[in-house]
Amino acid sequence: MSLDVAIDHRQGDFRLQARFSAGTGLTALFGRSGSGKTTLVNVIAGLVKPEKGHVTVDGQALVDTGRRLFVPPHRRRVGYVFQEGRLFPHLTVRRNLLYGRWFTPHAERRARLDDVVEMLGIGGLLARHPASLSGGEKQRVAIGRALLASPRLLLMDEPLAALDDARKAEILPYIERLRDQAGIPIVYVSHAVVEVVRLATTVVMMQDGQVAAAGPAGEVMSRLDVASLGRAEIGALLDATVTAADDGYGLSLLATQAGELRVPALDLPVGATLRVQILARDVMIALAPPQGLSGLNMLQGTLAEIGLPQGASVDLRLDCNGAPVLAQITRRSLETLGLRVGQRLTGIVKSVTFAGR
Amino acid sequence: MFQALTTEEWQIVELSLRIATWAMFGSLPFGLLVAWILARKRFWGHALLNSIVHLPLVMPPVVTGYMLLLLFGRRGFFGAALADVGIVFAFRWTGAALACAVMGFPLMVRAMRLSIEAVDRRLEAAAGTLGANALWVFVTVTLPLILPGVVAGMILSFAKAMGEFGATITFVSNIPGETRTLPTAIYTFLNVPGGDAGALRLTLISVALSLAALLASEWLARRAARNVGAA
Repeated sequence: MSLDVAIDHRQGDFRLQARFSAGTGLTALFGRSGSGKTTLVNVIAGLVKPEKGHVTVDGQALVDTGRRLFVPPHRRRVGYVFQEGRLFPHLTVRRNLLYGRWFTPHAERRARLDDVVEMLGIGGLLARHPASLSGGEKQRVAIGRALLASPRLLLMDEPLAALDDARKAEILPYIERLRDQAGIPIVYVSHAVVEVVRLATTVVMMQDGQVAAAGPAGEVMSRLDVASLGRAEIGALLDATVTAADDGYGLSLLATQAGELRVPALDLPVGATLRVQILARDVMIALAPPQGLSGLNMLQGTLAEIGLPQGASVDLRLDCNGAPVLAQITRRSLETLGLRVGQRLTGIVKSVTFAGR
Repeated sequence: MFQALTTEEWQIVELSLRIATWAMFGSLPFGLLVAWILARKRFWGHALLNSIVHLPLVMPPVVTGYMLLLLFGRRGFFGAALADVGIVFAFRWTGAALACAVMGFPLMVRAMRLSIEAVDRRLEAAAGTLGANALWVFVTVTLPLILPGVVAGMILSFAKAMGEFGATITFVSNIPGETRTLPTAIYTFLNVPGGDAGALRLTLISVALSLAALLASEWLARRAARNVGAA
């Protein structure tokens, strides 16, 4: 499956000029509020008609202004989970869930009610009305409703934005399951780094109506020029595999492309995969592997990029066996150590954050 | 005084209910359509259409009745053409129903328009992304959500029809068994010497009917609101 978008659209003073492609997995449209993310998904869904451009799913055009082609929303088979859920207040949860299924041709009804209900854990809610559901429950039902229309593509517009942290934590695992099990490509709009880091396969970074960066999540999220990220949140994303559940000292051993990491024992078996984040501010730099240091995690790498100085500090990108690792050090240290691109360095990792399954 | 209704009184009550029911159901599709257009569409002449719909509310009922006579009388603009296909309004109970429908129309449209304007259109967009075309969106989302407003509009139209006097008597006169409704019958009794007793009996019937209609409408409106999940 592939999604191909190239549009040029004006809305008042705002100009959206975006071009990107997305494949399987979850593609995060990431950027600040007002950067054009929602307009972009509305164009994909057919709720906004672009002035110029095209949207193609699996080679089939949904809109192509050059050919004067516009497929109306109800014939696109593109699922949409809205920020506010938008459940039908006059229907029970069950009838909300089955609403889209009714309009789907028999041959294309892939999603089954039982499977979706089980995956989202909403079996106990079927007889209730939306008014009596919590925010998190509503959002899970909204996801189920979109899935049961057997869409070719699922759009999610900040589905967690209206929820508190506890409710977010409740839903994130379901979205991970959706990404890994449902086999439907997802376009996920968010301005929250935590969500993108945890969920995204591919990241499309939006800035002022333009695509500022696009590519695999690990790559885009470790770019030093990814300016719309808060500085404190810059960090490298690494896919890890558990190689030892407990080393006898209450630590788990993780294998990553960048090297081996020891973290406080995770409740995961050997062979389990997870995603970890190493924030730039949690990495120190040494010219040679230091002796007599209590730190456990040291990664060897080559200095690949020195970012622009910001105040007293500067960001560095190390290439550790092909995986990017970011470090934030002071300008003073940069000078004292005389760092040059291409130099062999050791990154001392102070802490590793669990970022997703 | 408190004996059972006479045949004549039954006839009047039955006729009034029949006329009001026809007026209500007959104007329902038009009322819904006009309310939807006024609520959703912006076009040149929007204000004019809105004013025309409201005219019967503002004009003296006699004027409305006379205009109906001019348009739908036997030699009227529409009346002559309709008479050729066998539809006659002049001096028939159908004409009374038409007069009542026209008089109740602005009330019906107002109630429905307000409820249509209150619908969250984002829900309709959501239904669209789930595969429903415009007609299905209206039937499965919009209509259930505006049901309380539709019921309210129907009740207002029915109530107006039960009490309509001026336009009815002008357009279709006051013919016993054909166009003599409760208000015109009471009026007739009051114009006959010694008719007070008859007028009073009909007045009591009128009060009883109105009360029953109000109670029924309250119950209907409650039910409709509950179905929308307003609770």
